[in-house]
Amino acid sequence: MSETTSTLLYCRCAYAQVVPSGVKNEVLQRLCDAGVSFETVSDLCEMAAHRDPRLKSIAQCGKLKIAACYPRAVKGLFQQAGSPLPEDTEILNMRSQTATEIVESMLG
Amino acid sequence: MITHTHRPLRVVLYEGQGAIPLPAEARAKVMAALLDKGYAVTRTVAGQPAMPHDDRSLLLLGSFPEQKAPEIEDATGQIKIATHDITGLDTDGIVALVEKSRGDKPMNEPGKWKPWFPVIDYSRCTNCMQCLSFCLFDVYGVSEDNKIQVQNNDNCKTNCPACSRVCPEVAIMFPKYQAGPINGDEISETDAGREKIKVDISSLLGGDIYSALKDRSAAAKSRFSKERSPDKALDERKKCLTKLVGDGFIPADVLASLPSPDEILRKAEIAKARAAAALAAQ
Repeated sequence: MSETTSTLLYCRCAYAQVVPSGVKNEVLQRLCDAGVSFETVSDLCEMAAHRDPRLKSIAQCGKLKIAACYPRAVKGLFQQAGSPLPEDTEILNMRSQTATEIVESMLG
Repeated sequence: MITHTHRPLRVVLYEGQGAIPLPAEARAKVMAALLDKGYAVTRTVAGQPAMPHDDRSLLLLGSFPEQKAPEIEDATGQIKIATHDITGLDTDGIVALVEKSRGDKPMNEPGKWKPWFPVIDYSRCTNCMQCLSFCLFDVYGVSEDNKIQVQNNDNCKTNCPACSRVCPEVAIMFPKYQAGPINGDEISETDAGREKIKVDISSLLGGDIYSALKDRSAAAKSRFSKERSPDKALDERKKCLTKLVGDGFIPADVLASLPSPDEILRKAEIAKARAAAALAAQ
């Protein structure tokens, strides 16, 4: 992976139904349609709850784009788990943005 | 205390060199099904390596020529990599294969537990310790450098965002909550003002503690002394909690699961002392 390529991370929010299923399904489908590698997790909250060390790997992987929920919450989850996100991390909000906006930002 | 410590198994959908790409629709269905079961899933294509792996086991799935998955060994010898060919399997078949491969290794599962705990926005938090004093379930604690922190996630009462409502800086989030700003949504000036008003309501909850923390002037201390009464404080705390339940601020089962009156008083005293010590050390 080149230095300028972002790691793409998709959070399914599978442990609670607070992200509209239409948006999260469409984002996943369109990431799958694109010829890109990407990471997905079942639920960032679940990982943060038990301080999953994988959060540290994610936070340290370089340039990062995350499709999840509110940026303030996502940043807080990583910080509380002891793995603060880099300042330039781009967080897309599947609770308030459209799937098109999110996918264009993820793949742009 | 953190009890839900089982890490999800990471599954790699391998579509790199030597593998046959899956149909896009099938790929999305498989990924969604595995994610909804609690797994972490990586999709990897040629020329774009996946993130490094940091666990002891990894499951790699792909559609391979002659339906034969290659044997792969970790160069460091630290990761056990299992590989399977999934040619011809539908989504249910692939999920069943993953479940079988995981065996009896424990994993958290969506639907059986909700990750409900406060998340502190340290860009807003002023370390006032009000949440520490407010929570009767020991969710909050103080770090070695006297900073408020969430220490006991599992003590938090599911669906109860009461501490978020009493935070004067709107710095406590519950990401699984439906509405903003508690869910982490941006905070408007109106939100901030409304939340500060709520603090006045919450100050009834063991008002002696909050008064002491919020206003340590001589006058306040005098009033605090006159009003200091364990029975009165307990009665006020109960009334306030009942009101919070009635207003829909906290679930009724939180009220039902409160500690005994003696225990509440004991916890309040301990919280008061810890908060005061941390504030004094600032």
